[in-house]
Amino acid sequence: MLRITCPFCGERDQVEFAYGGDAASVFPDLADADLDRWTDAVFMRDNPRGDHREFWQHQHGCRQWLYVVRDTVTHEIKSTLPAREPRRAAATHEGRKG
Amino acid sequence: MTHYSAFALVRKALGGNRGWSRAWRNAEPKAGYDVVIVGGGGHGLATAYYLAKEHGITSVAVLEKGYIGGGNTGRNTTIVRSNYMIDGNTRFYEKSLRLWEEMSHDLNFNVMLSQRGQLNLCHSPAQMDAAARRGNIMRMNGIDAELLSREEVRRKAPILDFSDEARFPIVGALWQQRAGIARHDAIAWGYARGADRHGVDIIQGCEVKGFVWERGRVVGVETTRGAIRANKVGLAVAGHTGHLAKMAGLRLPIETHLLQAFATEPVKPILDTVVSFGAAHFYVSQDDKGGMVMGSDLDGYNSYGQRGDLPLIEETMADAKAIIPLLSRLRVVRHWSGVMDMTMDGSPIICKSPIDGLYIDGGWCYGGFKASPASGWCFAHTLAKDQPHELNARFTLDRFRRGYQLDEKGMGPTPWAH
Ligand SMILES: Cc1cc2nc3c(=O)[nH]c(=O)nc-3n(C[C@H](O)[C@H](O)[C@H](O)COP(=O)(O)OP(=O)(O)OC[C@H]3O[C@@H](n4cnc5c(N)ncnc54)[C@H](O)[C@@H]3O)c2cc1C
Ligand SMILES: [Zn+2]
Repeated sequence: MLRITCPFCGERDQVEFAYGGDAASVFPDLADADLDRWTDAVFMRDNPRGDHREFWQHQHGCRQWLYVVRDTVTHEIKSTLPAREPRRAAATHEGRKG
Repeated sequence: MTHYSAFALVRKALGGNRGWSRAWRNAEPKAGYDVVIVGGGGHGLATAYYLAKEHGITSVAVLEKGYIGGGNTGRNTTIVRSNYMIDGNTRFYEKSLRLWEEMSHDLNFNVMLSQRGQLNLCHSPAQMDAAARRGNIMRMNGIDAELLSREEVRRKAPILDFSDEARFPIVGALWQQRAGIARHDAIAWGYARGADRHGVDIIQGCEVKGFVWERGRVVGVETTRGAIRANKVGLAVAGHTGHLAKMAGLRLPIETHLLQAFATEPVKPILDTVVSFGAAHFYVSQDDKGGMVMGSDLDGYNSYGQRGDLPLIEETMADAKAIIPLLSRLRVVRHWSGVMDMTMDGSPIICKSPIDGLYIDGGWCYGGFKASPASGWCFAHTLAKDQPHELNARFTLDRFRRGYQLDEKGMGPTPWAH
C-alpha cells in the first residue's frame, strides 16, 4: 500500500487518493494548432523506469490535486507538492536531483 | 528430435522413459543473424516460428533475458477469446483464435486449449442492449456469439449469485462458445520447439542493453553476451517496450502498468466456463487442478515493479464474492503480477518503427495471451515483407497522430483505465 503525504492533510493511505497520470507533459498553448506538438503532449510518454512525475487527487480528503515524484520500480515516493504549479514543481525536483 | 505421439509415449515408457531428447537446443549466440527477436515470450517465439515456417527465414535468434515464458506468457489468466467489436481488432483476434484451434497439431505440442466458452455477464437491460450490439457485430464478422437469458446463464453456471440478495442481479450474458483457456507455458515451449526445429537459435539469459547503429540505422543489439548483428531487430518484450524503445531514442504512446492474478486452493469442479463479471472488471475460471484462477483491474499507477499492491487484492476479492459468494470460503494460495504495456487506446502496435532496421510488436495491454499466435504471424509477415499484413495494417504507431485510435472501451488516453 502506498502512503502518500498530502501537504495539506499529512500521511494517508493510497485508497484515499485517485490517480491522475503522467504530469511530465505540458499541453501547448490552446491557440497552437501544430499536430505534432499536440500528438506529443496527449499521446506520447517518457514512461520512465525510475522517477516518475505524476498527479494524484486527495479525493477522499481535502480534494486537492498533488504533484508526486515516485519511483516506478521501488514505488518509493520521493516528494509530494501541491499541483498548482507543476512547472515550478518540476523545476524544484530537477533542482533537488542536481 | 522426438515426434510426440501416443506411439512414442508407449515406446519410451517401455524403455524406462530414457532417451527423450531436449525439446529445443540451448543455443550459443552467433555473430549475426538475418533477424533478431528480443523477448522470448509467446509473441517473440511465435514470430520466430512463423518467420521460418511461412517465410523461409531461418537465420533467426530469439534473445531472452531470463528464461522463455517467464514473462507475462507464464503469468496470465490464460483466457482466449475473440469478442472484439472494432474494425481492425475483430478479424485479427478471430485469426488468432483460429490459429489456436489448430496449434496443438501444427506444433505437435499439446497446448491444452479448452474451448469451454465464456460468459460475459450483463446486470442491467442497458448492458443487454450493448451485448446484443456487440454480438451482432461479431456475427457479421463471422465470429460466434450468442445472447443468453438469465435462465440460460443459470444452466451454464449455477454457482453464480442468482439469489434475491444478489448485489448485481444477472440479467443475461453474451456467450462465446469457442472462447476458453489454454496452458500458458505450453505455448512458449511449443513455439520454441517448433522454431528450433527450423534452425532458430533460442538464447536464454541474454539481456539486450542497447542497439548497434550504422548511419542512423539499427544493425544489431548490444547484449550481456556481447554484440549480435542483425539485418532486422524485432522487439517483443511486453511491458518493456517503452524501456527498449528509449534506448533507441523513441517515445511511444505507451505506459507500463502492473496487473495481478490469483489462484485459490483446488476444489472439486464447480465452474466449467470462463466468467466475466459485468459490474466490475473481474474474470474467473477453474483450472485443470481445481484452483479458481481470478484477475481484475490494473493496480492503477505506472509501475515496472513485478509485484502487486494490497488495495487491488481487496477489490478483486470483493468482486469475486459479489458474483460467486462461495469463493469467500476458499483460500488464495498463489498471487503474482506482471508488468505490461498499456497503450493510449488499449490496442496493440505491430509495425515498422520510424528507425530503419527496428520493428515493434508491443502494447498488448492485458489481452495479449490470446493474441500470441496472430501477433507472431503478423509480425513475421511485417518483418519478412517490410510491410504489414492486412490484419495488422491498423496497428500502427502513427494512428494516434492521424486520429485513427482503436479504442474498444472509449476511454481516451488514460491507459490505466482501459
Ligand atoms: C496477471 C496477468 C493476467 C493476464 N491475463 C490475460 C488473459 O486472461 N488473456 C489474455 O489474452 N492476456 C492476458 N494477459 C496479457 C498477456 O499475458 C500478455 O499480453 C502476453 O502474454 C504478452 O506476451 P509477450 O510474449 O509479448 O510477453 P512476455 O511473455 O512478457 O515476453 C516478453 C519477454 O521479453 C523479455 N525481455 C524484456 N526485456 C528484455 C531485454 N532487454 N532483453 C531480452 N529480453 C527481454 C522478458 O523477460 C519476457 O520474457 C495477462 C497478463 C497478466 C500480467
Ligand atoms: Zn489532503
